[in-house]
Parts: sequence; structure tokens; C-alpha cells
Amino acid sequence: MAATRIDCDIHPAVGGTRTTLLPYLDDHWKEQVVSRAIDGLDLNSYPPSMPLSGRADWRPATGKPGSDLAMVQRGAFDQLGASHAICNVLYGAQAVFDPYMAAAFCKAINDWIAAEWLSKDKRLRASIVVPMQAPDLAVEEIERLAGDQRFVSVLVLAQGDQLLGKRHFWPVYQAAEKHKLPIAIHAGSQYRGAPSSIGWPSYRYEYYLMEAQAFQAQILSLVYEGVFGKFPGLKVVLMESGVSWLPAFMWRANKTWRGVRVEVPWVEREPASIIRDHFRVTMQPFDGPPDAAGVADIIEQIGSDKMFLFASDYPHWQFDGNDAMPPHLPASIISRMCADNPLETFPRLKLAA
Amino acid sequence: MTRHIVARTSDIPPGGNKVFGVEGRDIVVFHVNGEFFALLNRCPHAGAPLEKAACVARLTSPEPGVYQRSRVGELLRCAWHGWEFDMRNGQSYFDPKRVKIRSYPVAIESGEELTQELAKGLEDLEKGPYVAETFAVHVEDSYVIIET
Amino acid sequence: MSDVIDRPILEQEVAAKSRLRIIDCDVHPSIHAHTDLDQFMTKRWQQHFREYGSHLRTPYIGTTPYPRSSPLIARRDAWPPTGGPPGSDLAFMQKQHLDPLDVEYGILQVLDLFIFSQQNLEFGAAIQRAINDWQLAFWSDRDPRLKASILAGQDDTALAIAEIERCAKTGRYVQINVCPRANEPLGRRRYWLIYERAQELGLPLGIHVGGYGGHAPTGGGWPSYYAEEHQSNAHTMASMLCSLVLEGIPERFPNLKIVFIEGGFGWIPPAMWRMDRHFEAFRSEVPHLKRKPSEYVKEHFWFTTQPIDEPDEAKHLRSLIDWVGVDRLLFSSDYPHWDFDDPRFAFRTPLSEVERQKIFSSNARGVYKL
Repeated sequence: MAATRIDCDIHPAVGGTRTTLLPYLDDHWKEQVVSRAIDGLDLNSYPPSMPLSGRADWRPATGKPGSDLAMVQRGAFDQLGASHAICNVLYGAQAVFDPYMAAAFCKAINDWIAAEWLSKDKRLRASIVVPMQAPDLAVEEIERLAGDQRFVSVLVLAQGDQLLGKRHFWPVYQAAEKHKLPIAIHAGSQYRGAPSSIGWPSYRYEYYLMEAQAFQAQILSLVYEGVFGKFPGLKVVLMESGVSWLPAFMWRANKTWRGVRVEVPWVEREPASIIRDHFRVTMQPFDGPPDAAGVADIIEQIGSDKMFLFASDYPHWQFDGNDAMPPHLPASIISRMCADNPLETFPRLKLAA
Repeated sequence: MTRHIVARTSDIPPGGNKVFGVEGRDIVVFHVNGEFFALLNRCPHAGAPLEKAACVARLTSPEPGVYQRSRVGELLRCAWHGWEFDMRNGQSYFDPKRVKIRSYPVAIESGEELTQELAKGLEDLEKGPYVAETFAVHVEDSYVIIET
Repeated sequence: MSDVIDRPILEQEVAAKSRLRIIDCDVHPSIHAHTDLDQFMTKRWQQHFREYGSHLRTPYIGTTPYPRSSPLIARRDAWPPTGGPPGSDLAFMQKQHLDPLDVEYGILQVLDLFIFSQQNLEFGAAIQRAINDWQLAFWSDRDPRLKASILAGQDDTALAIAEIERCAKTGRYVQINVCPRANEPLGRRRYWLIYERAQELGLPLGIHVGGYGGHAPTGGGWPSYYAEEHQSNAHTMASMLCSLVLEGIPERFPNLKIVFIEGGFGWIPPAMWRMDRHFEAFRSEVPHLKRKPSEYVKEHFWFTTQPIDEPDEAKHLRSLIDWVGVDRLLFSSDYPHWDFDDPRFAFRTPLSEVERQKIFSSNARGVYKL
């Protein structure tokens, strides 16, 4: 086996509720999705036909990018050289309004990925998809799957209708901490409120850029609401968030906290140090400066080599060729981000599973 | 070390402060909870005058939603950027070791003691701005003395 | 963060003062009493103001949705001894700010009365008009260092353009201000007529943080704390830069200058890198862009510096300045607000004399034709 190289973010695709997920729904929801044609839940964040959603050579002849196991195996493992990969399913269950339907679809997605992906390739792991619309149901889903060590994290969207630090989400974090499951916040929106304070964007491109600001808001929310004081063992992974905004964001957070920390006295140290301890970030896409010196500066400014996690974002089109490693990264980072950091971040990820 | 007589204790009301020019710098003296504290009147961050700071409680919290107040009035919250400092030693809340206001020891002495000391002509005792600006030390009053 | 600082800094202050007069691109005057505006409003709108007041997309009529960290968001030492809110007394502003810091010009940014967030667009236009007149009568006429901005709420484009025309005729305003938090991102087509006119008039477009457009301050919902809302201003500006660039505003209005005010500048390099990083993948969606997004930023946009970032290490601020480009930065103090930047101390990294000259003076002189 090749060197350990854990790809922390790949995207198997769900065909639909009436097709892929149907065998994993109970009889009630089977009848509902068929009789009411409840289907087509691909998130507006990732239209499958958009170039970013699937690199040209990773698109199957039929079906969505990421829908064909053999093709994903060839791409993520053979071509990109990962030894293991974590599957993050971005399908619309997290955006459903009906909390029970959302829970049913999340459950179906999780059972589908376990049966049709994890059981067929020992190199694969997955995040538990949960209905954050109803935190108690999200906790139920975590508890239901906690015994299955192939699930290594809990997946939530970067843009729901409530910021993730809010108290009513805390039971989810309690369950996640208990089972050593980091919270993976992945780019993607319920598209309920505008994806930015300035309103609704015209372009997908614009929306995709706005995601970076949403991630920053989620960090502030989790820090200032005191989530890490309550759950000191909790880790949060930012997936497909971009990276280069971290330094200036942390400087501003520190500056603001120094001045207005009386609002949140339970936050007892600078946000940047909390962020370095509790947050991790996947490295595709890496949106750093174009030059090696600039990249070195950004990495130094982030100030922690533990935060970086190797990821390809397969099948999203983040790069061409066979090397998912962003250019110009210092060697010290590369050696940590492929194995040490993922193993520390995802404690359930035992290589010999 | 030089000791400067800067004010009668009654010149600075409880909860109030007063600024004194001492050896070319402005020193602000706060009177809180029966004690006097002297600090350079300049925030180490951006130079804001600390005489305009809010005097607040030391606020800590064991968990979200729980607010524990202590040492009410002894923490300074700077008038500009809201940095908090401990009046007693000038230390900032967020980085007490590295970021602090220069603080000065304060002594309160009776007019009687001071009159005796002044009569002896002790070298370290400056009449300071107080004596210069107003009038002589009276035995029946008590005085704020800053050591620099 | 610097070490223990005990600075009798008087010499430094004097030296700085003698070196450079500054242009402060963000000074906030306040209305002393609302009746001051009566002379600039028709009876109909005076009555409306008295009886109905502001109708905003916020919960309270008497204050902001997120309680600020100080009364009226101001420095505690900025309350005029004569009464009235901070920024309302010219003599005190001169004594506390303009004179000691040797401000050659101060660009006025009025935020009073939720000027850009009125749901009744006609009322919004009436108070914008009144404040535009008030800026001249109460400030620029009395202190020619203070330069007024045309407040023109963009959500009724026709009213905005009428007001721009009215004010521009006087030749006394230096920019046109629109709001970053309104109905829609500023890049959207509905606002282009304003940019066309601004370009013809040779007036920069100023975008100062703030406003209540009804959208949550973050893309993930409503935060609980001012600490979050305050930082979201930078996020707003990053999104807005993307909107304006991606919609092709610099391509369509190549002579329009756009000034971002009070967003700080730490977020700019990552926003540029991110736009460029994904340009190829999304290029087919924005074929009107002829160049990489960052190239537009580096030619058509300027950014005021406050609130300046304060990394622990001075060299990190230096990298940031180099990434943004010294030519893009305009010094601003935000006087009299609590997160004020003092021109003498804000830049905690060495700058050459040429760089100081640009950031504190000549860049703004060029943008605003002072």
C-alpha cells in the first residue's frame, strides 16, 4: 500500500430519492416520494452540470459526477493517490423544510453510503448527514450510527437558517463530542435567507465566493456562543471553505474581542487561539497567493500546522492533472496534512478498518 | 524614586479621577472602593486618555449566560477601543503580561506626617503640582502621594 | 502585539505633525437636533418625520438591533461639552480632531437617521436631500476642510439620480454615497444608471459600511452578538467587491472610481485571490469579464484603512499592505466612533515617506480631486 494520504473531502452523488435512496426509505416515505414525486433535491449550491461541480474527465457518461463508485475509486485513489477518503454527500436532505422528511432522507443517505460505498471499499469513510432542522432528530441519527466506526464526522451545511453556535444546536455537539465525531461544515446553502448580507447574488460564481464569508460567520458564532467551553473536545472541520482568508479574519476577530469581550465573558482567550485549537480546514480549493513567498506568508500567518487537511474535493473541478496538492505549500505542511492531521482530527479513522 | 504630593484625598471624589502633570507626563489618579490608583493617562494601545475610560467590574464567566462580577469599579474600559485594564496594576485583561499601562505606587499620608517630612527637607519628596498650584499642606488633611 | 508601552509620545506626535498633513476619508458629523433639518425639508416631510419617523427592517424604533459597545457607537471622550451627540459640534470636532491631527481635508460620511434604510423610499429621499443640504450649511460652509458626500439611496434609482443631479450642480460634493446593505448587491443591473451618471460627472462612488437591508448580517443567519455583527461589516464588503467586479462594473464603467469605506483592508487580498482562483471554473458564466478579477480591483477600487488590522507581528501588516497595494489605500479615522484609528499610531509597521504620503494624503487627493 502506498503512503498514507487521507483525502478528507470527496463527494459521492445521490441520483435521487425515487432511485438511489428508494430502497433505504421506509414504506411511508417510499410511498410519499413516489406518489408525490418528491425528488430532484440537488442543492442550488452545486448544479451537477456546472463546470465546478464535475471535472470534465470525472464525469460519467450518464449520471452525475461522483455517482459511479468505480469511477470515484479510479479518480480518488488510483489517479490522485489517496490511501483513504472521506465521503461527504451533498444532497438536499439538509434543506428540506419538513423535519421528519429531512430526518428520513438523511437516514436513507447514511444507510445508502454505508451499504453501497463503505461496504464495497475499505478505504472509504463517511460523514453522517444529519437534519439540523431538528437538532433532536440530528442527535438520534448520530446515536443510531455511532457504533459504526466507518462514520468519522457529522456533516452540516455552511449556510442554514440559523448560525451554528446557537444554543439549540448544542445537543448535537454534545453527541458529536461524546462519539469523537468532528463537525464538518461544508460549503452549501439551504438558500433560505440570502447567502450574504448584501442580498441575493446574480451568479453562481458570486455565490461560491460568498461562501467564504459564511464560514467566517460560523466560526464567530461557534466561538462567541461558547461552544468550545461547553464541549472542549469538539473539533470543527471547514470543508471547501477556502483558506487564505483565515489570517486577516483572525486578526479582526482578536481586535474585536479585545474591545467587546464583555458581551461574551465566557470567551476567555483570543478567538484566534480558540480557532487554532478547534478548527481544521481542507486544502482544496486553496485560494492562496499565486507566488511561493506569498503562500509561505499565509501559512505562517495562520500560525498552526495542525489545521490543514489534505483533500481533493473530487469530483469538483478545483485543479487539473493528477496532483491534488496545492502549489507552493511548505514541505512541513505537506507531511502533516496527509496523515497526522487527519488522524488527529478524525479520531475514529483507524487505518486498518 | 521621587514622591510627589499631588492632591488632598478629598480632591478626588469616590468613583472619580483627576489628572496631574508629573515630570512631563500626565498621571491619572482614580479613587475607587476607598483606594487610590495612579496610572499613566494614556492607553498603551492608541494613546486614548484613560481619564475618560469607563470604570467597570471585572467580568468573568464559567459558562455561557453566567456573568460574574467582582472588584466593581476597579477595571478600566478604555474610552476608545474598549480594552480593559486592571487599575491596581495596569495589566490588560487580554494579555496581562505584555500589554499594560504604566502604574505608579500611591501612598496616602496625613498632613501631620507630611508636614514633619517636609520640615526635614527629605530629598525624595516633591511638593509637586499640588503644592505649587494651590496651597500648603495642612495637618488636618490627608494627601495622595505618587511615587515615580 | 507590542510589549509594555509607556510612552510619553509627545515628541513623536510633534514630529509626525510637522511632516504630513492628512486627508481623513471617514469623518462622521452628527445632527445636533432633528429640528436642524426642518429648514431643508418640506412641511409634508417634517410632519411625516414627527408622526411616523423611521420605518426600518429592524425590531426597534429607538435603537439599533445589536446594542453597540458604547453610547451612540462613539468614543467616550468625544461628547461635546456643549451638549449634543458626538460629532455634532464643529468647534469641538476642530479642537479634538481636525486641528491636533492636522487634517487637511475630512470627507464627511453621514450615517444619521438610518439614512439609507428607510422603507418609505420617498421619505428616505427627503431626508437624504435634507442632509445633503445640511452638510454644506452646517459643515462645509463653516469649515472648508470638510467635504460633503451626496447621499443617494440606490433603491429608488430615479430619485437617486435626481438628487445626484441637484447636488452635483453646486460643484461642492466630492463623491456619491450608496449603501452596501440594501435590497440587492450593488453590482445588479437596476443600479447601473447611477454608475453611468457618476462616471459622467467624474464623482467617485462611496460605499460606507452599514444599513439595514433586511438580509441577515451573515450568510448563515442572524448572530447573537455585536461582536459578530461588527465583524460582519468586513464580510459585507468582501461580498460587495465580488458583486461589483463579477457584474463587470469596471468593464462597463471604466472611468468610475469606487471607494470602500470603513471595511478595513485585511479581507481584500483573500477576496482577490479567491476570485482569481475560481475564475477559470466560472468564466463561462461571466463572459463579460475580459481580465482576471484582481486586475479590476487594482485599478478601479480604493479602500479606506480603518479599522486597521492589528496582527501580532508587524511584518504581517506589511505583507498585507503590499498585497493590497499602497496605491489603493486611503487613510480614515472614523472619528468620533469607538473603533477610531489614530493616524499617528494606527500603522504599526514601517512605511516609507513615499508610502505615508500616498496613504495619508495623495491617494485621496487624486481620487477626490482635492
